[in-house]
Amino acid sequence: MLRYLKPVLFFAALVPLALLVWKAFHAGLGANPIEFITHSTGNWTLIFLLVTLSITPLRKLTRQYWLINLRRMFGLFAFFYGTLHFLTYVWLDKFFDFHAMLADVAKRRFITAGFTGFVLMIPLALTSTKGWIRRLGGKRWQWLHRLIYLSATAGVIHYIWLVKADLRKPLEYAFVLALLLLYRVVAWLAPKLRPTRPLTPQAKVEISGN
Amino acid sequence: MLFKKAPDIPSSEITPQHLYLNRRNFLAGAAIAGTAAATGVGLRELVSPSTTVFAGNKIDGIKKSAFSTTETVTPYKDVTNYNNYYEFSVEKTEPATLAKNFRTRPWKVTVDGLVAKKQQLDIDTILKMAPPEERIYRHRCVEGWSIVVPWVGFSLSELIKRANPLGKAQFVEFTTILDMTQMPGQRRQVLDWPYVEGLRMDEAMHPLALLCFGMYGEDLPNQDGAPLRIVVPWKYGFKSAKAIVRIRFTEKQPVNTWNISAPREYGFYSNVNPTVDHPRWSQAKERRLGEFFKRPTLMFNGYGDQVASLYNGMDLRKNF
Repeated sequence: MLRYLKPVLFFAALVPLALLVWKAFHAGLGANPIEFITHSTGNWTLIFLLVTLSITPLRKLTRQYWLINLRRMFGLFAFFYGTLHFLTYVWLDKFFDFHAMLADVAKRRFITAGFTGFVLMIPLALTSTKGWIRRLGGKRWQWLHRLIYLSATAGVIHYIWLVKADLRKPLEYAFVLALLLLYRVVAWLAPKLRPTRPLTPQAKVEISGN
Repeated sequence: MLFKKAPDIPSSEITPQHLYLNRRNFLAGAAIAGTAAATGVGLRELVSPSTTVFAGNKIDGIKKSAFSTTETVTPYKDVTNYNNYYEFSVEKTEPATLAKNFRTRPWKVTVDGLVAKKQQLDIDTILKMAPPEERIYRHRCVEGWSIVVPWVGFSLSELIKRANPLGKAQFVEFTTILDMTQMPGQRRQVLDWPYVEGLRMDEAMHPLALLCFGMYGEDLPNQDGAPLRIVVPWKYGFKSAKAIVRIRFTEKQPVNTWNISAPREYGFYSNVNPTVDHPRWSQAKERRLGEFFKRPTLMFNGYGDQVASLYNGMDLRKNF
């Protein structure tokens, strides 16, 4: 099943980009195309971050452990759309005005947050290969990749700080992220709160895996 | 549109407003400018007829105005499909659809507060107070985008004079209609409804301040603030209240809606000012809809020659 599912999901994950390109050539981006591209790539970055974070709860709760095979792909798509979002800002919005961008990163807290979220994804993307898991060792690799919690949180804060008055959409992302992070906290605390029935070390690893 | 080539003349080389206004007065007066603007619009309509499929009724007897800019007018479809009109929706593309059946007749405007006589004016009475003029103004949103719109209306001062405000009236407050059956956005407390805006009396009496009921030669589309709005071109767009049902004269400075929502971010004056940033983003540049490169934002949105004297001795950093 994975053999077919993975390529299907791979192409499905490219649909948002394909739609953007199609719209760009068919006057479908509205009155302010650059704003449209910025918002679209930003939204998809957050969506893929949340999808990536939902793999572990999903596979544990449904006992569909094979789902782990999809996690890296979704994570890399989050990085992919994040990169497009970042490039839209650097190229289309600021037009490589590095002075203005430095001022932005330092002065505009929503940009500081967004930039942080993006930068934190870089080491994760770079160390996403099997080789790097081996080189770092499973435990250390796992610790490093918990940076995604910070990255996704920074991304959602970036959105919250950006809107003028209507917080509904960023709060939807915040709600989902909170649920996904809460699952980690519960999964981490649960064995500690049940001292009467100590878990085997193996079961512990099962529950607390990220 | 996205990959459109930048104009040959960078915006920085365009003659500043005050230079060409002076020269214009010096040379030939307002008539030439009006004709030029009309020709510009006319040529544009010939070149891209798809953007000229309008919806409303033509307004008769529109006079040209010396206050009009000769800059390229933003296409009608952009100005009518990219609207910050939270009473309908927080999504800019949605008011075009959601405002379709908004009722603009009958429509009464209450004029009260510090006036000799409180009155309720019918919209059609207001529209006859003065001959309609076309005013092609730059319009700069606090979010960092801008458009050029051929508004139709007359100076707000025409109405204020007829309202007979008392001597102690210092400010004018404008209130937008509150009607959540017609305005779905008002069902959510995104802002403190109804929307309230205000101007200082001398700002409201300034000839540039427009009482507006049309654009592109036609009735104002619902999503752009029909049937009656104000347009204050040297201030950020949110100062230009839409669908006005009440005009109140006060001694105290009105509290405007965005100021209630975020006092640190949106002041009472909200003059376009590239040197005073929004706390969360820069106001130095703006994206003119339809252009690829951002252009520098002009002080008072380019209307400094006419309005800067209103703010003599004021710290615009404090009175943002």
